[in-house]
Amino acid sequence: MTKFKRFWMYVFLSLAAAVSIFPFLWILVSSTNLSKDVSNGRLLPGAQLIRNFQHLTEQINLGQALWNSGRIAVITTVLALLVASLAGYGFEIYRSRAKDIVFNILLLSMMIPFASLMVPLYRMFAQFSGSVPFIGVDTVASVILPTFTTAFLIFFFRQSTKMFPKELLEAGRIDGLSELGLFFRVYLPTMKTTYAAGAIITFMSSWNNYLWPLVVLQSPEKRTIPLLISNLGSSYSPDYGMIMVAIVISTLPTALVFFLMQKHFVAGMTGSVK
Amino acid sequence: MKSESAVRRRPNGALTGWLFIIVAVVLICTFYFYPMIQALLLSFKTGTGANIHFNGIDNYKRLFTDKVFITALKNTCIFLVIQVPIMILLSIFISVLLNDSKLKFKGFFRTAIFLPSVTSLVAYSVVFKYMFGTDGLVNLALTNMHLISAPIQWITDPFWAKITIIIAITWRWTGYNMIFYLSGLQNIDSSIYEAARIDGASAFRQFRSITIPLLKPIILFTSITSTIGTLQLFDEVMNITKGGPGNATMSISQYIYNLSFKYTPDFGYAATVSYTIVILIVLLSIIQFKVAGDRK
Repeated sequence: MTKFKRFWMYVFLSLAAAVSIFPFLWILVSSTNLSKDVSNGRLLPGAQLIRNFQHLTEQINLGQALWNSGRIAVITTVLALLVASLAGYGFEIYRSRAKDIVFNILLLSMMIPFASLMVPLYRMFAQFSGSVPFIGVDTVASVILPTFTTAFLIFFFRQSTKMFPKELLEAGRIDGLSELGLFFRVYLPTMKTTYAAGAIITFMSSWNNYLWPLVVLQSPEKRTIPLLISNLGSSYSPDYGMIMVAIVISTLPTALVFFLMQKHFVAGMTGSVK
Repeated sequence: MKSESAVRRRPNGALTGWLFIIVAVVLICTFYFYPMIQALLLSFKTGTGANIHFNGIDNYKRLFTDKVFITALKNTCIFLVIQVPIMILLSIFISVLLNDSKLKFKGFFRTAIFLPSVTSLVAYSVVFKYMFGTDGLVNLALTNMHLISAPIQWITDPFWAKITIIIAITWRWTGYNMIFYLSGLQNIDSSIYEAARIDGASAFRQFRSITIPLLKPIILFTSITSTIGTLQLFDEVMNITKGGPGNATMSISQYIYNLSFKYTPDFGYAATVSYTIVILIVLLSIIQFKVAGDRK
């Protein structure tokens, strides 16, 4: 490659990187500035972070919102990993033609748009309201139940199970482990990195989920972080500094998870096209 | 000895296998396939609350005369036709540059460009709304650089509002798609390129005749997932433009949401509108498979 071409390559990549990073820097800087400085285009850090944070906690119950989002994301992740890994393992280890057909049918669910499920799901949970304990509109269960099992995660675990050394299972059987024992005591500990990747992806999508919680959660004290941010952002005279603090707080967990486990995250995403 | 025990185990093992998958199957049937059928039945009904009754294909007839629906459909198609190809070309281009073995700061560029993918759709949408406001940062920068004389009405002009949405989605998803291409490129044997270089093939020729054909499965994958994503567009329009101005950025998903939870609820008609997304996804996926299908 000529020097000239190489130069433009760096220019282009730097530009792309700058465009990608800039909004993050702007959020960080703005969270330390007064609203009027933000709208005047101030790009230097200020000293208003604590004030903005205080305003935020006066406006909303931040602790409650973090607890709501965190609880939903953690329960979703644990259930999702359990159900999807059992299924992915089952499809691959006890492979049969009938199961392959079932598997392909499950994959079709990836093509179903959520918008088309929203109304029937809402009606379903509305029917449960009052008659089934813990389930119904405006409950944590109604946020979690329809979202934690995805064909994508089952597919991901099945793909990863293809690499799993099956001799380990034979050895375990000789040692007298039950089939379920093999799964929990042999498969699960060996597949730690697969579980890590699956956990990151599930946690992120649950933490950031917006449309379904918007539909199903009604009482203000049950709202999750994205619902609150959307609400803060829709006021007529927004306090920019305050909203930026809220956005920083909402993005921190996922950004942290991403930086700590970058490799697993990328492995998890690309697991779907292997 | 070993094989004998395996044979003896088989009938028992087959049943165990079903037990492993049963929970997932039940849950996906309950929360995906059953509501799908419910939505289909609902799409032939009308009314509110307990007063829902069958009205044949009236809902489907209504689609053709519903101006808001037609606008939403048009908007979604515009986003699809313009944004998805731009984003896919951009992510292929970036990943090819990043795959260069002599490139320095590779990790930095990759992380930086991927970073937008970890943000929540709501959070980034709110940030973009402020950046593209009339007296927002983007206009401020463009005016200071003397590129424009008057601020662009990014959010309140029907044309620019669409552009804003397209810019936003491209920012959020290009890095995400890039990762798939990078992992695809790493699987291509470098000796193919060496052979091509020896035969005197130009960089562009190598790109067209080696890179693109070998990336075809990934191009298919990313274009299908991006198509499905665009057809379901909701968070961005809801938080950047609220579907406006007028209905200039109204997406089908947002219209379904409005029909069900904002206007007087009409679950039946909302279900009908939602089926148009299902039909579009199926049709576009078939087309994309057909276009990519000639590799075999």
